[in-house]
Amino acid sequence: MSSQLLDFEKPLIELEAKIEELKKFSKEKGIDLADEIKTLQTKSETLKKNIYGNLTPWQRISIARHPERPGVIDYIKMLFEGFMEMHGDRYYGDDPAVVGGIARFNGQPVTVIGHVKGKNTKENLARNFGMPHPEGNRKALRLMEQAEKFGRPVFSFVDTPGAYCGIGAEERGQAQTIAASLTRMMTLRVPVIPTIIGEGGSGGALAIAVGDYILMLENAVYSISTPETFASILLKDSTKAQEVAGAMKMTARDLEGFGVIDEIIAEPLGGAHKNAPEMAKTLGKSLQKALNSVKKLPPEKMLEKRYEKFRGIGQLISG
Amino acid sequence: MLKDLFRKPKYVTVHADTVRKDIPEGLWQKCPTCNEILYSKELEKTMKTCGKCGYHFRMGARERINATIDEGSFSELDADLVSANPLGFADYPVKIAKSQEATKLKDAIVTGEAVIDGKPVVIGVMDAGFVMGSMGSVVGEKVTRAVEKAIAKGVPLIIFSASGGARMQEGIISLMQMAKTCGALAKLNEARLLYISVVTDPTTGGVTASFATMGDIIVAEPGALIGFTGQRVIEQTIRQKLPEGFQTSEFLLDHGFIDMVVPRMQMKNTLAALLDLHTNGGTDNV
Ligand SMILES: [Zn+2]
Repeated sequence: MSSQLLDFEKPLIELEAKIEELKKFSKEKGIDLADEIKTLQTKSETLKKNIYGNLTPWQRISIARHPERPGVIDYIKMLFEGFMEMHGDRYYGDDPAVVGGIARFNGQPVTVIGHVKGKNTKENLARNFGMPHPEGNRKALRLMEQAEKFGRPVFSFVDTPGAYCGIGAEERGQAQTIAASLTRMMTLRVPVIPTIIGEGGSGGALAIAVGDYILMLENAVYSISTPETFASILLKDSTKAQEVAGAMKMTARDLEGFGVIDEIIAEPLGGAHKNAPEMAKTLGKSLQKALNSVKKLPPEKMLEKRYEKFRGIGQLISG
Repeated sequence: MLKDLFRKPKYVTVHADTVRKDIPEGLWQKCPTCNEILYSKELEKTMKTCGKCGYHFRMGARERINATIDEGSFSELDADLVSANPLGFADYPVKIAKSQEATKLKDAIVTGEAVIDGKPVVIGVMDAGFVMGSMGSVVGEKVTRAVEKAIAKGVPLIIFSASGGARMQEGIISLMQMAKTCGALAKLNEARLLYISVVTDPTTGGVTASFATMGDIIVAEPGALIGFTGQRVIEQTIRQKLPEGFQTSEFLLDHGFIDMVVPRMQMKNTLAALLDLHTNGGTDNV
């Protein structure tokens, strides 16, 4: 169903094409090739398991960045009813890299916020590749405070290479808006359930990812920066991104090990884009379960647990 | 203009293994802005600022503490914390060891209890000479513990920032320190205690995007580089030269992100005056 293939999928696709060819040939010529076809099909199944069952970190990054990967707007359509988008930060502008609004989730009014990447160049330019300006962070925080006022839970969906860097972003307080969000989200008196759905890069990602229960899709990645930036800073060579991707420990499993995320959500074989409705269904179930568990807690307890989750992260040696 | 007095030459990223420009070597050094020859003895008196043009040299954490607090009042907190190696980078422990050797510090921040002009405070001072003053587990934990100490004692908190941002070598763990320190500051707010953030050269990335910009009052030293993204990265991204004075203290003052620019020689008096206005946390006269 996907039109854009990733490099590492090619052997599999070639094999599948060969099977189709044999089937066609067998039918046209009336020759029985059932055994040959069966052998190739077994081979194809094994190959599929081998490729998708042993994805390298870089291959996961490619899946996380796949242009057809479902984004927050797709999940809004598939999981939330009657979404009404809200615009603007009330200070300067409306950031198209961040979408936010109110909708119903299984009947309950909730606030939904997420980074939006484009699915093609034109959309990407319009959405600034999902990289928020200060206005995006301020809009997100405004909508979260609005949610708090009306007792609505917040679902956030992280998918950004990072906060945008540019003259305007600096002039309008990129850093300060992130800090303000981190500080305020820690005391927001409604459940906050962030999900890392694609790329989670730097402070731009974190600015909407402080919460009570943090979910992460199986092939999503989350780190201090993109591997390109990481390689550029530490190795002075951004083309070494593939080499550092593994060492950065940015996959869902790595982060679960660090205690940074609470749950990994399985993706359809080959990635969320291979079957977006199935992905949404799985995600929806986990979101409801997470919300139920957080909602049970009295607000004070919920906030204490939220703080302790982040308070506990760090690796130290004493003395 | 006053601003021009403090304007520095274009900022160059300082790496731990290049020569530290904040340590005067020998008997004199040259001011990088006005070329004045400054003798070490003179620099000591002016707290490492140029007597002619006002240029502020970088200052290490220990000398900063001495220049800021009442003599002999410092009692250090969590002096022994050192970082583990969460990503397992082979050269990270080497880098840490080199920085420890060069700065005589365990990591990029020193925290402790102290007295300023007779008033008890908890103080944290970062050192840009330690792996670029970057924030990993140790900085995040020490800042958090400093906040917790201020809450426990009911005293104001002062943090001097000097940092290249979140420490890359600790990956996602460093990123999480931003949320951790901000979470602690949220508790300080609830306790209605004063937090003065003093931003010094350079303060960028994850430190600017966390505790450095969350002060009730934000003070900066003249001419400090303060921003989110480093200038090299911005220039590569937008493919144009940055305007003169971009991301300096004065630029941030103009854009409404800091309360005041205070020369180093007046810093202690300024802090003392602010503390005085907030005696008993400032909440006794409600
Ligand atoms: Zn000078």
